[in-house]
Amino acid sequence: MCLAVPAEVVEILESDIALVEAGGARKRISLSLVDGAKVGDYVLVHAGFAIEIVDEEEARKTMELFEELARLNEVP
Amino acid sequence: MPDKPISIAHGGGGTRMRELLVQTIFPILGEELLLDAEDAAVLAMPGEKLAFTTDSFVVKPLFFPGGDIGKLAVCGTVNDLAMRGAVPLFITLGLILEEGLPFGVLEDVVTSVSTWARNAGVKVVAGDTKVVERGMADGMYINTSGIGIIEKGREVSIKGASPNDVLIVNGYVGEHGIAVLSEREGFSFEAELKSDCAPLGGFVQSMLSVGRVHSLRDPTRGGLAAALNEMAYSSGCAFEVVEGDVLVREEVRAVCEMLGMDPLYVANEGRLLAAVPEEDAEKVLGAMREDPLGKGAAVIGRAKEGRKGEVSLLTPLGTRRLIRMPSGEQLPRIC
Amino acid sequence: MKYLDEFRSPAVVKGLLRRIRELDCSARIMEVCGTHTTAISKFGLRSVLAPQVELISGPGCPVCVTSDADIDRVIAVARMPDVIIATFGDMMKVPGSEGSLADASAEGARVEVVYSPLEALEIAKNDGDKRVVFLGVGFETTAPAVASTLLQAADEGLDNFYLLSFHKLVPPALRALSLLPDFEIDGFILPGHVSTIIGSDAYAFLAEEFGIPCVITGFEPADILQAIYLLLRMRQEGPSVRVEYSRAVRPEGNLKALSVMERVFDRVPATWRGLFEIPDSGLSLKEEHSSHDAGAWEVELPGPVADKGCRCGEVLCGKIKPAECPLFAKKCTPEDPVGPCMVSSEGTCASYYLYERPEDEIA
Repeated sequence: MCLAVPAEVVEILESDIALVEAGGARKRISLSLVDGAKVGDYVLVHAGFAIEIVDEEEARKTMELFEELARLNEVP
Repeated sequence: MPDKPISIAHGGGGTRMRELLVQTIFPILGEELLLDAEDAAVLAMPGEKLAFTTDSFVVKPLFFPGGDIGKLAVCGTVNDLAMRGAVPLFITLGLILEEGLPFGVLEDVVTSVSTWARNAGVKVVAGDTKVVERGMADGMYINTSGIGIIEKGREVSIKGASPNDVLIVNGYVGEHGIAVLSEREGFSFEAELKSDCAPLGGFVQSMLSVGRVHSLRDPTRGGLAAALNEMAYSSGCAFEVVEGDVLVREEVRAVCEMLGMDPLYVANEGRLLAAVPEEDAEKVLGAMREDPLGKGAAVIGRAKEGRKGEVSLLTPLGTRRLIRMPSGEQLPRIC
Repeated sequence: MKYLDEFRSPAVVKGLLRRIRELDCSARIMEVCGTHTTAISKFGLRSVLAPQVELISGPGCPVCVTSDADIDRVIAVARMPDVIIATFGDMMKVPGSEGSLADASAEGARVEVVYSPLEALEIAKNDGDKRVVFLGVGFETTAPAVASTLLQAADEGLDNFYLLSFHKLVPPALRALSLLPDFEIDGFILPGHVSTIIGSDAYAFLAEEFGIPCVITGFEPADILQAIYLLLRMRQEGPSVRVEYSRAVRPEGNLKALSVMERVFDRVPATWRGLFEIPDSGLSLKEEHSSHDAGAWEVELPGPVADKGCRCGEVLCGKIKPAECPLFAKKCTPEDPVGPCMVSSEGTCASYYLYERPEDEIA
């Protein structure tokens, strides 16, 4: 029910439409459900709409936690 | 006779299509040569073996990044012959044109046929042209039939894989299907993403000249998943594939992630799946990599003893899951 | 792909798996969302976590919980002469009493598969003399997008654009599930993107009223495994609702998306396959948008059909596993589905059939 993919805002086009990119693939999507998305932000794209702006600080914290675990795992 | 009409799934390259062939078409035709559902029929002629095949092309749109219906029509038939180890020689060209098709489009397509026939080393020696009313044929449908000759000792069959064979694919998967779909779905790409459509006749001969190839299949509709399942089943083996070793371009992955599709099920038009005996794998891989059509050739797995027709996948996480035969057409999903 | 690949790192996954194994306890956990079910099967997590953690799949597949009557309504509308149905791909093969949308298409109905409801607007613009009906299926992740599209249609005066809404809401279903007599679960893995819209506060009642530990998580293997780890810890620490997916979920949710949804939809009772009628769990177009509401159209529906033996309802509540349905993989397959759990690419039965070895499921 919830296929949404993180993509980078590459260009803001006319009212509420943005060009986003993920993995080299670009698509036009609607920004009507989020406020204040800027070029360089990452948004979650679902059914042609951005449904949220990715909180990059939180993403970083989560990734750090995981990487820490991966490192610990290397200790036999 | 089933009470439901023909549906899109019947053309999807999956189980529905197979059912249509096995339950309806083959029994009516009653021809033994059809029963193995090989890519081409091998015909014993006095002194020779011929491969004979036919294919119809209904791609929409007619022109897409990396090709067009004309190129597809040549390569599709040439490749089916190549999958039996044949040297493709002659093809026919049957055109069904929609009333109102611009002349320039026809010329462009036929030019493409000519170019790619030459590239593939085949001659277009017969054909037919029909025109149907506006609203039919989506612009143009093409049918090509092809004949190739099989040198002694070079016949290849889908039934030929054996346990311990190495499974090889000659490059990235999913490019054709995504290139075509992207035209329709409004995706664009930073780098050029093109169909992989290419003729493989000479490529296969170069493989066969350095080693044995037990089995070949081209992963067209239904993708690599269908080809793996069909080969495993026909050969009576189980296959194990290593997900990390299957090459997928970033852009193809990204579009698949967004649309909820799986690159393993997306059509290819310039790829082959080969089962090669372990002892010959290195030589065959070497020959493949020397050819531009095999630059990305990679071992993706192995045939094993096990449940006949079962294809399992080892994920990069070290976990395991199945790859099943697709049922109909892959539909973009959101859910 | 950024913010995706990092959460699929094999090293991270191995570390998380090890940490789960080191916790010397077991649990029966339900992943609610269909996308989670598919991710778990596709990444091979279900089998690798058993028997320590038993993952049961829940009713979070919006296609699967669409009732037979609703599907029949869709088919009836599809058959109307001047109608074009625009739908997400998932709905095409769901069987109603008299066939599926794919069957209707084969028989001459015009059905277009779209990735976004915005494409349906384009179809309405290009085919001005047809009535274009968009099938609104999906939970709170999707409803705001559909709502925004409807507002755009109204704004642009697209009178031939209609919505047939079968949208449903997740929290009421979770309440109904938790109230079921023999519902025994050690924790919920809650849907990440539904929560992006509705926020984590919306689930507080699950921990407070029912004492069920909950973790809202994303869809990558690392997210899912971290959620399982946190749920196992809560067996000692006590139930609460935690957000693993903090990069996408806030306590209050996405207020803008929620307000767009509120402008277009009313909450109404809805019938969920397997869970029956749940109050305030469906979305229906508000009165002021009734000119775009295809749900109000008069259609002839087929009468009730003989019981096909489908046990989707029980699968959806986690009462039985797919392999325990006598039809699973025999009479009911993705090619010839009897029930929607096998049809939807995220249906529990479809996910298990496609990715998991049959005998792994026969406990």
